[in-house]
Amino acid sequence: MADSCVKLHYTVDPDDFTVAGEASGAVKKVLKQLGFAPDVIRRVAVAMYECEINMVIHADGGVIDVEITPEKIRMVHKDRGPGIKDIEKAMQEGFSTADEKVRELGFGAGMGLPNMKRYTDEMNITTELGKGTVVDMTVFVK
Amino acid sequence: MTVKELAEKLALSEVCTGEDIKREVTGCYIGDLLSLVMSKAKSGDVWITIQGNINVPAVASLTDSAMVIIAEGMKLDTDAKARALQEGIAVYESPKSAFELGCSVKECL
Repeated sequence: MADSCVKLHYTVDPDDFTVAGEASGAVKKVLKQLGFAPDVIRRVAVAMYECEINMVIHADGGVIDVEITPEKIRMVHKDRGPGIKDIEKAMQEGFSTADEKVRELGFGAGMGLPNMKRYTDEMNITTELGKGTVVDMTVFVK
Repeated sequence: MTVKELAEKLALSEVCTGEDIKREVTGCYIGDLLSLVMSKAKSGDVWITIQGNINVPAVASLTDSAMVIIAEGMKLDTDAKARALQEGIAVYESPKSAFELGCSVKECL
């Protein structure tokens, strides 16, 4: 149905790598069940996972709202973290403020935000220092 | 070559069987930086890494890797193993280097 819309809501816990990826994993399964193309599923899942990891690493967790329609998948990630000081810098590949512990886990290479941009068709970041960040991403189904 | 056949050929130690041992392995990716793995590994790849943490099964699932080999005698963490079982990811370990494993994979594919 052209007007059908599936809405999903997830909570990301802070500092817990064991649960990071649960939301993107769940969305991946839903998209598979709905019959979306593997390429679309992968783009959504990777972008969401990168964002989830960022919420665990940099922010005190947050919430994710996902809207799925036959035309597009929109993911809105809201965190209660410190905000991004310099978005332009954060978007550069290789720039990272992650600590050694995070790097040992295979993250913190400064590829999170560039990967999210690469995998989505639209990406908007709204951030306020000391308040938090909203990353709003959309993948269009072509 | 299937996951099972490759595991036997390379004398890998099984950690998690995965949901489909008869799945065809179609390529190989070697890497430890998870963001890079996510953007480069392809569906059906055997992913060779020295990482054994909780994020490995998640990345293997997202990239739809056919199997994961933890190289250099590194081990899959206990919590990561639980997640791999839950996600149905095939994970194996080997004392060999990523280079040696990669060369053997190339001969098999």
